[in-house]
Amino acid sequence: MAATRRLTRELSDLVEAKMSTLRNIESSDESLLMWTGLLVPEKAPYNKGAFRIEINFPPQYPFMPPKILFKTKIYHPNVDEKGEVCLPIISTDNWKPTTRTEQVLQALVAIVHNPEPEHPLRSDLAEEFVREHKKFMKTAEEFTKKNAEKRPE
Amino acid sequence: MNSEMEFSDEDHGDSHRSLLTHMSCENDSDSEDTCTEILLPENSNSPETEDFVYKVLSVDQIVQHQRNIIDEVNNVLNLPPQVTRIILNHFKWDKESLFENYFESNPKDFFQRAHVLNPFEKKIERESAASTSCAIPQLCGICFCSCDELIGLGCGHNFCAACWKQYLANKTCSEGLANTIKCPAANCEILVDYISFLKLADDSEVVERYQQLITNTFVECNMLMRWCPAPNCSHAVKAVCAEPRAVLCKCGHEFCFACGENWHEPASCSSLKKWVKKCLEDSETSNWIAQNTKECPKCNVTIEKDGGCNHMVCKNPSCRYDFCWVCLGSWEPHGSSWYSCNRFDEEEAKQARLAQQKYRSSMARYLHYYNRYSNHMQSLKMENKLYSNIQAKMDDMQEEMSWIEVQFLRDAVDVLCQCRTTLMYSYVFAFYLMNNNQKIIFEDNQKDMEMATEKLSECLEREITVKNIYEVKQKVLDLSHYCQKRRHVLLCHVREGYENDWWEFKEETTT
Repeated sequence: MAATRRLTRELSDLVEAKMSTLRNIESSDESLLMWTGLLVPEKAPYNKGAFRIEINFPPQYPFMPPKILFKTKIYHPNVDEKGEVCLPIISTDNWKPTTRTEQVLQALVAIVHNPEPEHPLRSDLAEEFVREHKKFMKTAEEFTKKNAEKRPE
Repeated sequence: MNSEMEFSDEDHGDSHRSLLTHMSCENDSDSEDTCTEILLPENSNSPETEDFVYKVLSVDQIVQHQRNIIDEVNNVLNLPPQVTRIILNHFKWDKESLFENYFESNPKDFFQRAHVLNPFEKKIERESAASTSCAIPQLCGICFCSCDELIGLGCGHNFCAACWKQYLANKTCSEGLANTIKCPAANCEILVDYISFLKLADDSEVVERYQQLITNTFVECNMLMRWCPAPNCSHAVKAVCAEPRAVLCKCGHEFCFACGENWHEPASCSSLKKWVKKCLEDSETSNWIAQNTKECPKCNVTIEKDGGCNHMVCKNPSCRYDFCWVCLGSWEPHGSSWYSCNRFDEEEAKQARLAQQKYRSSMARYLHYYNRYSNHMQSLKMENKLYSNIQAKMDDMQEEMSWIEVQFLRDAVDVLCQCRTTLMYSYVFAFYLMNNNQKIIFEDNQKDMEMATEKLSECLEREITVKNIYEVKQKVLDLSHYCQKRRHVLLCHVREGYENDWWEFKEETTT
């Protein structure tokens, strides 16, 4: 199985890389196809907490893209209420088998740091982000303090 | 010679009697009838009724047609056929467009835009690729295994055979792609060509699916081809130009070449498209809505009062207008000491009620046309069942009569169904038509045709036996002929109207 061999390699590479914005990346005990990790943003308004994410790989990986889910609530225009996030790099149309999970996670960090209100999953937050930016930043910061996990040392 | 003259006299007599019968059936004025008679020969020779040149192709014929186009282009460009195929796909199989671009662009841009390697530069890259394969074992960029041999398209990105096989199977069988499969490498836009696919897929089922998809996209991309929309039919129609014309497939289905719907004369493709969309959106609820709701005076979205309070807020996210249910005026004055709902002639309320009346009138107009359209559609379904009833009658009577003597029954049902179809679409045509003198003429023709069609339908529904067959036959033949004539008159008038720009169409405003 191509997925197993490749994921084993990718996971060990990521653990070895020790990225500051992505911590505790590990596969579940049940399956190598399900990973969890902590997203630790470095930029306001999300830099007061950490966000647990889930990465699900299909059996056909890497010929089909993984799916990413926020398990921690986040006040962000590009993440919907269920925690689903829209990333062009992992859309079916754009996906390429040579794209590595590290690249996907980098894209995820980038969109958390710099929301894209032009392609929102939550129109109300996107509108607030554009029209009442200060209010958005304040609300998002308070939301983060209330809902996010404690940042690891 | 004498016998021929007698036959001619007899035929003339029948024709004369038939005309008299029609005149007695209808109450048309003599002058009007004479006028339509004069018009017929002229219209039947008009260019609009010239045969539409088309061909019905089987799957094998489609594949051969595709190969023929590749060969034609290659006679000029002299490229590898698999490269020509990619380029033709890029130009939607439009040869003229391809040649025009080829001779205007520089080669680098031309091939790059089609996402294919420039075949005139390919030799150099192949040499470099060959040298790469002599090197030490490399890692496949997809599965991260080390392999002795990595394979690629010539763009410099190479992968192991197992990954190519799985990649292509996934793209073809899971995603349904064929002509748009790219190199697996990130940021590489080079397309997988036909020959590479056959070699790298290494699976006969995947290859079969690939070839099926190629044929499908060939027809769908090609402006001069269209699949027959009938269920379970695998034929396609090839035409000399993309026009709204009736085409008849070998499976018996007749459809419009331009839009693929059932042939819908006299309505245009755009009118029919708007109508179908409107019916889907409106018909199930329009009756109830018309009776049980009012519209927001600001945006016309229908609303329903669900409580005793007269303070309403429009739920339309882009509107949210506060108003009074009773007078439809703005709620703001009601909330203050200037409460004035009871004032009858308030200007704002008057305008709101006027707007509502206009909208309600528009709904009534739609229902007028929809009900008649729907009624003819329902009758058409009944009359398709009539085929089997008529067939049973023909079988019964054939024991005592010859086949030719009862064939007229089936012919009459054919005419009936044809007229029902035209009447159905005539209400679509009329719905979008603005009022003018020509519309009045159209509606007169529509009425005449409708009356004639109902009479024919009634006649065919009657009990027909050996005893009354000759009496019924004459009547059926007369009515069939008259229906065809009225249909012809209606359609000729519509075509003439298109040619002379008589028709003015409403711009439908969507709520």
